Amino acid sequence: MYRRAFLTARIPAKRAPFKRLPGQMGLVPYAGVWSKKEVQHLLKRTMFGSTSTDIDFFATLSLQQAVSQLLNPTASLPNPPINDYNSPTFIDPAVAAGSTWVNNPTADGTINSYRRSSFKKWWTGLMINQDRSIREKITLFWANHFGTETNDIGTSHYVYWHHNLLRQNCLGNFKQLVKAVTIDAGMLRYLNGYLNTASAPDENYGRELQELFTLGKATTVQYTEADVKQAAKVLTGWRINGTTFTSYFDPNTHDKTNKQFSAYYSNTIISGKNGSAGASETDDLIDMIFAKEDVSKFICRRLYRWFVYYNIDSYAEFNIIEPLAQLFRQSNYDIKPVLSTLLQSQHFFDAQNKGCLVKSPVDFVIGCLRESKVIFPDAVTQYADAYGMYNYIYGWLTSMGQNIGDPPNVSGWPAYYQAPQFHELWINSDSLPKRSRFTDTMILNGYTRNTKKIIVDAVALAKTLPNPSDPNALINDLLAIIYTVPLSVSTKQTIKQQILLSNQVTDSYWTIAWIAHTNNPADMAAYNIVNTRLKQLLQYLMNLPEYHLS
Amino acid sequence: MNRRKFLRNSIPLATLIPGVLSGYSVKALSANALMQAAMMPAFETDHVLVIVQLTGGNDGLNTVVPIDIYSNYYNARNNIAIPENKILRLTGINNCGLNPAMTGLQTMYNEGKLRILQAVGYPQPSFSHFRATDIWMTGSDSNVVLDNGWAGRYLNTQYSNYPNGYPTTEMPDPLAIQIGATTTLTCQGPVVNMGMSITDPNSFYNLVNNVQDPVTNDAMGYELNYIRNIARQTNKYALRIKDAALSVPQQVTYPTNNSLADQLKIVARLIKGGLKTRIYMVSYGSFDTHSLQVNSTDTSTGTHANLLGNVSNAIKAFTDDLAFLKIDNRVMGMTYSEFGRRIKSNSSGGTDHGAAAPMFLFGKNVISGVSGTSPAIPAVVTVNDNIPFQYDFRSVYASVLQQWFCVDKTDLQAIILKNFQSLNLMRNTGCVMSNSGLDGDFISIYPNPFVQSTTISFTTTGGHTLIQVINNQGQLIGNLVEKEYSTPTTDKVTFNGGILASGVYYIRFQNGATQQVKPIIKAQ
Repeated sequence: MYRRAFLTARIPAKRAPFKRLPGQMGLVPYAGVWSKKEVQHLLKRTMFGSTSTDIDFFATLSLQQAVSQLLNPTASLPNPPINDYNSPTFIDPAVAAGSTWVNNPTADGTINSYRRSSFKKWWTGLMINQDRSIREKITLFWANHFGTETNDIGTSHYVYWHHNLLRQNCLGNFKQLVKAVTIDAGMLRYLNGYLNTASAPDENYGRELQELFTLGKATTVQYTEADVKQAAKVLTGWRINGTTFTSYFDPNTHDKTNKQFSAYYSNTIISGKNGSAGASETDDLIDMIFAKEDVSKFICRRLYRWFVYYNIDSYAEFNIIEPLAQLFRQSNYDIKPVLSTLLQSQHFFDAQNKGCLVKSPVDFVIGCLRESKVIFPDAVTQYADAYGMYNYIYGWLTSMGQNIGDPPNVSGWPAYYQAPQFHELWINSDSLPKRSRFTDTMILNGYTRNTKKIIVDAVALAKTLPNPSDPNALINDLLAIIYTVPLSVSTKQTIKQQILLSNQVTDSYWTIAWIAHTNNPADMAAYNIVNTRLKQLLQYLMNLPEYHLS
Repeated sequence: MNRRKFLRNSIPLATLIPGVLSGYSVKALSANALMQAAMMPAFETDHVLVIVQLTGGNDGLNTVVPIDIYSNYYNARNNIAIPENKILRLTGINNCGLNPAMTGLQTMYNEGKLRILQAVGYPQPSFSHFRATDIWMTGSDSNVVLDNGWAGRYLNTQYSNYPNGYPTTEMPDPLAIQIGATTTLTCQGPVVNMGMSITDPNSFYNLVNNVQDPVTNDAMGYELNYIRNIARQTNKYALRIKDAALSVPQQVTYPTNNSLADQLKIVARLIKGGLKTRIYMVSYGSFDTHSLQVNSTDTSTGTHANLLGNVSNAIKAFTDDLAFLKIDNRVMGMTYSEFGRRIKSNSSGGTDHGAAAPMFLFGKNVISGVSGTSPAIPAVVTVNDNIPFQYDFRSVYASVLQQWFCVDKTDLQAIILKNFQSLNLMRNTGCVMSNSGLDGDFISIYPNPFVQSTTISFTTTGGHTLIQVINNQGQLIGNLVEKEYSTPTTDKVTFNGGILASGVYYIRFQNGATQQVKPIIKAQ
């Protein structure tokens, strides 16, 4: 599969830089106010949505403790995806319903198709049920970075274990991750590495390894077409065993000649090796690539775009990317120190970098579900229902342009590389109405499957707020969870009056209605009065352009 | 004007799924079957209905002021009563007049463009703003919770597939437009809201005060601006609405500092500009005048008078504009408030939440006049006394749908959910008209006062006949008669009201377009 992205722009868009306030000191640790507002910002960027429960929890920690908790997930890796797909018309012969299929590889196309689908539902569920860590967001980051497509890989076994590799190493060492991904069966399959032999070299992976996975395309990156060919030669011999569904090194198909690289790589020669030692040439190649500072800068730019903002102006390049890249190199490509420094920096909490990230579909959908505290069936005891719900949510992600596991091509989603618009590409005349339809649906009707329903319970959500009987507090507290863009006092007044007060001017009418409900929760009329208005409030707020920013 | 029977006949009516939850029957409309219909409207019409919501509960007695029972009126609220000599008189009407601030509506009445409906309400009135508003918007019974609106149900019968595939060539415009930030329950259909609220800041920000915060000069503002632009481009109706508004260069002068006038001015432009939208909703208030609703030195002025003056001036200017724009044949309007206010004023110069109140219908094709009598006001009023309803508000909705939008009986049942009395309100509408109501005396009650029981003799012209007992707080005690008479009949019914507390009650008779309310007194 040769599916290189058509990449046009190397240079970030030119636009007038925003004024920087004095005192913006790059990566120096943030020492300003650490309130729920800052917690919310941190959580929006590192998790999918900031629930009130999570905001309250992290607010009890210091910034340092909060970042440490986010970067050190305590939960073990999740249980693997299971057979949710047995039906009267289809039974998986090897795996019982409710059991995992990840240890029973098969070449059967039908089974693989069911399992790929199971994998995506499972992944969707993991994001919905994420723990208090950065794991899900950074796993998606790597999935975008390496850009594999399940539909191309085909075999569900490779799909899962490739994903598991990313998940396992998501906060580990980047260099190790690249090494592992290079000889991972899923990647070998996806970029034809398993077909790359001495007699019929395939340059696909050799190219993407440099261009997309490590060095990038900045002007300083000067590897040559010859380097691509030489890298491909180094990588010959990696094959996939069709019986065990694992990758292995086959010295017989490995190119044993010496590989001469260009001046960009200081004319390095990777000596050809015989026998199983040929496999270690791959390590030599990766060591050579990682000797270039471009790797650290490229990855730091990608992390910056994922967690801070897409526009990297000269200030950010000089004061953030460069020192961050230096740190990355110093830590021998460990990911955590970089994230830890960035997420605790003055720059990360700078007003200039708040509320400017356009939510991806995953951020939008999963964030909405989590912040609204939509309750899903239990993933273990009610797995069939749960997977059915995850599938519904996954369908929304896909319709909005982010089919997890299947980005458009190996470059990942254009929102993370396509200048000048980057994240703005998520929002267009097709996706914007779908986003609103999603929130409308979840608020008004929900989704019912097999008598179970997922829906935003607006009244229950209001009850999680500190003071829902006061319409002003209710709106402020709700906004403190779901909005990063501040609304003016007059806008909030208008919203309060037109929605919560049904055009009245007396705040106590809301209070009376709320108390009437809480005093007698079984009274349907009283419930309906507050429920209708709260749903309208959520619907309105989630339809405003502000809601798409985090 | 071709009724698309061939489409409709294949579609089952919305089915009612009743259930009972903690004493309230909850009805949900299942409209899946309706969703299969084609996208053309069931009935082509260029008629437009403008709904004016007076939020907060308008004091009906100081709006339409009784003249024939002025002394009872005055005694009930001497601290806020409109002086008799300041009441605006209506040509040919001796029993009531208008608040002195409502000169606009007075002129309209005298020009034959206004109908006043006295004491519109419903049994078991709610005194909660929210619940009462929901009742008026959904058209539900007092004890029934509905989650869709009467206009939404109407539009659903017309455009049953909305919003899938819309806008269409036949219906390129929003089905309903609410001027304001949010769409209301009134236009909530069984599945989706059929209405659209206009919040376009470019065209309407200054007019309707829908504040959109300016973007900040930073990355957040940059992205917010981007999304707002896409949102504007994406709104499939934005261009139509903008074009319609811009295509009307000239209008009459509307009053300034009057937000209702601002809203109605937009409505006139959009109608003239060619939108096929059938229903517009505007709102104005707050009429929640618990205290100081009048100036104590001159009760013909003050907060309430200012509100009414603005309503009157806005509607007058709108009506003049419709004539100026030559669209007055197509447009009618209707005011409502979630409730009226208490008969007896309170000591802080205001009035508390009440029950039935007058509605105004306006427009060139409205049959002018006053429906109903002055509200019943006892000679000695207690603090909880309320005005019993003479007309059910759903009768007004049903009549407007029937006579203005030519909704047939079957659809009417699905929209209004019951068989409500048809009132003769509109003319020259091209719809097949039902019988008009009769004037006269249809019920006699003997004995009155009564101790154990009394007999009500009544004359029906046939068809649906209803006799209700209502207490002095407007609550329905029960239906004595509810049946279909195949022929004109004189009949009687015995009311065994011995167990009731002594006091004033009302017998309400309803037969087709005809209705009559008479007081009865239960004695010890």
